[in-house]
Amino acid sequence: MSTTTATETKRKAPAGERVADWADGRLGIYSLAKANMRKIFPDHWSFMLGEICLYSFLIIILTGVYLTLFFHPSMNEVEYSGSYVPMQGIRMTEAYASTLDISFDVRGGLLIRQIHHWAAVIFLAGMFVHMMRVFFTGAFRKPREINWLFGFLLFVLGMFTGFTGYSLPDDLLSGTGVRFTQGAILSVPIVGTYISMFLFGGEFPGHDIIARFYSIHILLLPGIMLGLVVAHLILVIYHKHTQFAGPGRTNKNVVGMPLLPVYMAKAGGFFFLVFGVIAVIAALFTINPIWALGPYRPDQVSTGAQPDWYMGFAEGLIRVMPGWEINLWGHTLVLGVFIPLVVFGLVLAAIALYPFIESWITGDKREHHILDRPRNAPTRTALGVAWVTSYMVMLIGGGNDIFATHFHLSINSITWFVRIFYFLGPVLAFIVTKRICLGLQRRDRDKVLHGRESGIIKRLPHGEFVEVHEPLSQAQLHSLTAHEQYKPAHLGPVTDENGVKRKLTRGEKLRVKLSKGYFADGNQIPKATAEEYKEISEGHGHH
Amino acid sequence: MSSQEISEAESLRHEQDAHGTEVAEHPFADPGLPPHKPRKQDIDERAARRSERAVALLFTVSMLATIGFIASFVIFPVDKIIYVWPLGHVSATNLSLGLTLGIALFCIGAGAVHWGRTLMSDEEMVDERHAVAATPEVKAKVMADFADGARESAIGRRPLIRNTMFGALAMVPLSGVVLLRELGPLPEDKLRKTLWSKGKQLINMNTNEPLRPEDVAVGSLTFAKPEGLEEHAEDFNNQIAKAALMIVRIQPDDIKDRRQLEWSHDGIVAFSKICTHVGCPISLYEQQTHHVLCPCHQSTFDLSDGARVIFGPAGHPLPQLRIGVNDKGYLEALGDFDVPVGPAFWERG
Repeated sequence: MSTTTATETKRKAPAGERVADWADGRLGIYSLAKANMRKIFPDHWSFMLGEICLYSFLIIILTGVYLTLFFHPSMNEVEYSGSYVPMQGIRMTEAYASTLDISFDVRGGLLIRQIHHWAAVIFLAGMFVHMMRVFFTGAFRKPREINWLFGFLLFVLGMFTGFTGYSLPDDLLSGTGVRFTQGAILSVPIVGTYISMFLFGGEFPGHDIIARFYSIHILLLPGIMLGLVVAHLILVIYHKHTQFAGPGRTNKNVVGMPLLPVYMAKAGGFFFLVFGVIAVIAALFTINPIWALGPYRPDQVSTGAQPDWYMGFAEGLIRVMPGWEINLWGHTLVLGVFIPLVVFGLVLAAIALYPFIESWITGDKREHHILDRPRNAPTRTALGVAWVTSYMVMLIGGGNDIFATHFHLSINSITWFVRIFYFLGPVLAFIVTKRICLGLQRRDRDKVLHGRESGIIKRLPHGEFVEVHEPLSQAQLHSLTAHEQYKPAHLGPVTDENGVKRKLTRGEKLRVKLSKGYFADGNQIPKATAEEYKEISEGHGHH
Repeated sequence: MSSQEISEAESLRHEQDAHGTEVAEHPFADPGLPPHKPRKQDIDERAARRSERAVALLFTVSMLATIGFIASFVIFPVDKIIYVWPLGHVSATNLSLGLTLGIALFCIGAGAVHWGRTLMSDEEMVDERHAVAATPEVKAKVMADFADGARESAIGRRPLIRNTMFGALAMVPLSGVVLLRELGPLPEDKLRKTLWSKGKQLINMNTNEPLRPEDVAVGSLTFAKPEGLEEHAEDFNNQIAKAALMIVRIQPDDIKDRRQLEWSHDGIVAFSKICTHVGCPISLYEQQTHHVLCPCHQSTFDLSDGARVIFGPAGHPLPQLRIGVNDKGYLEALGDFDVPVGPAFWERG
């Protein structure tokens, strides 16, 4: 570096400092930076999943703003005269015509549309996997229950933002999805027809729904979501990130690398990685080719109609439910559609409530910053896998026609398979997962007590062959036994110390029962104790 | 930062929570943070310089890709279609813009991450955590402040103010709710009525011509709309969403339902095309069995037996339209559907 540039940088530095001083005098940025500039974040590949969600959300907002510059959220009918020949002369809504224009007449418009849609699909998938990470490692425990709820709301709102978004082009596929939604709304007892009339501004499809979905899609829902994302991040910073157990890592500290410079580079760089990968995907793979089928008409439909993946389980529920209808006193209870609608809500509500249920069962009021390995919470892990199983079974139900045509199966058998396995699958998954977790706990216990299998076979003087087990380091021993194991709750004596019969509420009895299901003998493997270790290592050495 | 300084989680050991669920202890003491192992770049300046060049190369590739993006934007006409193996025929703009943008972004990310991983310090550092909950002193101060504030407001002492305030606050959102009334009309009997009425001819959807009985062949599925409903009409979509009709011809002997036979003409039967499940238009017809299938959710109806549901999630048969032939020899409706078409709803009965 020459002397001139060196003096230049010298002169520049105070200028930057002066700007910072100016801002600090008004915003107090130095205090903020003092607390956060070198904030420590722990490192683990699974902590990156939330970042994928955050970045795809930003990409969706950026590309979405661009799309609003060209999209016309109107159901006025026009005759298409754009450059896509097969549609020329066809009557369609302005919404559909402007989406065709974005795809065919705006340079780069198709790319931005595809990045927007791909990013939405990835955003939802990212949230799904991120939530699984948080669930299976117990990161939702105190003090993070509220942040779990924020995340849950983001997932649910993301689903509806996605739905209202892919409904906007008013092509044949999206209109069919809207029709399905309207049919489901009609099934709501007492108020269903009113909700439908108010939402659609009259009969289906009417002339209002695109404009209304538009303001919901670009303003209402993303506005709420942006607020939730900010709150979610503030809480992550405020609580400090969780970490896995390990040497030097305790419930009272956080070990890792500082925000400046390491995470600035890694997390900031990761935004560009996510954006880059999505751009390449959008360049190579068509998503939602709205030009393939033409504009929506209520009397036309295509085969193989599928929603975006995150709506697939709702689609499955509605497809496999038997068509029950009860007609009484001049009214119809459309259970065949309404039950799926309710189950849809309940399945999601279960996610929201779980942290509170678990903390009620354990009765644990402490803060938890050390993550569980999934195996060390066998019942929770098994419940989570059971939930995911039922979700996946319903995804199969939602694509029953696709599975039937691709695998040459009877659609009736697939439907019956889904009907049975929606109930049986989670039970099997629960049992299998729990066995696997317990098996892994046993292996950890063996590893602690007997050491690591070294793969070295030794022949003893009397001819016996044994495998040499290497003892674990203190760090490994600590990591494998750092998890806490609850003891199951007990009902306690039937009478108190004065011999008076104690009153036990039904809730307390249930709690004890559930606590036993989580923590009783056989539902978790007691981790190795120091005494056992001592006895074995001193008794007959390692072999 | 030495590992000895790190406070142990031992304090947790003897903690027991209020509800009596005991927690097992940590049997093996925490040895503390392992010593930092330097990377190749930390000790070998040549390796560090290699990393530096790799990062700079990635950033340079990104710049080139951005230039490529701008060039593609200028060069390719928006409607240029090219063949690229194995993608097939694709838009040249979409492919070139997407790839160049993707590379430009990805290389910035890869460069930054590589920089962070190889050249920035990877020595682990420790932050202490502090309990989220406030200390008892802080809590006591807050409670006292709150009590002072509440007392000074006199909200407890003057219930008249309090109650009227809550009343006013509870009522004012009602204005907003009332405004929502303008979102749409009341349902009334809108879901029960369609455009069909006595004497309306059945118009072939494809040819836009009135249908004669002889136009309907055995084994074919014909779609029809009511006479007078034109495709460019303002409310075409609203009307066709209820009035869409499908017509098939079945040998009268094969029709199992007596009323269906009465409402047919010479084996020609007309059913609502709108599925009774959630309203998709039905479009798949199996000639041999006279089954129709909704492609959305696979509800299957038997058109030779009153369109009853034989599989899938639909809850009731497709409504039948009573048809006959007028003086001119065209098929006509003999009235509206006698039950509401489409998905079931609370008032359907």
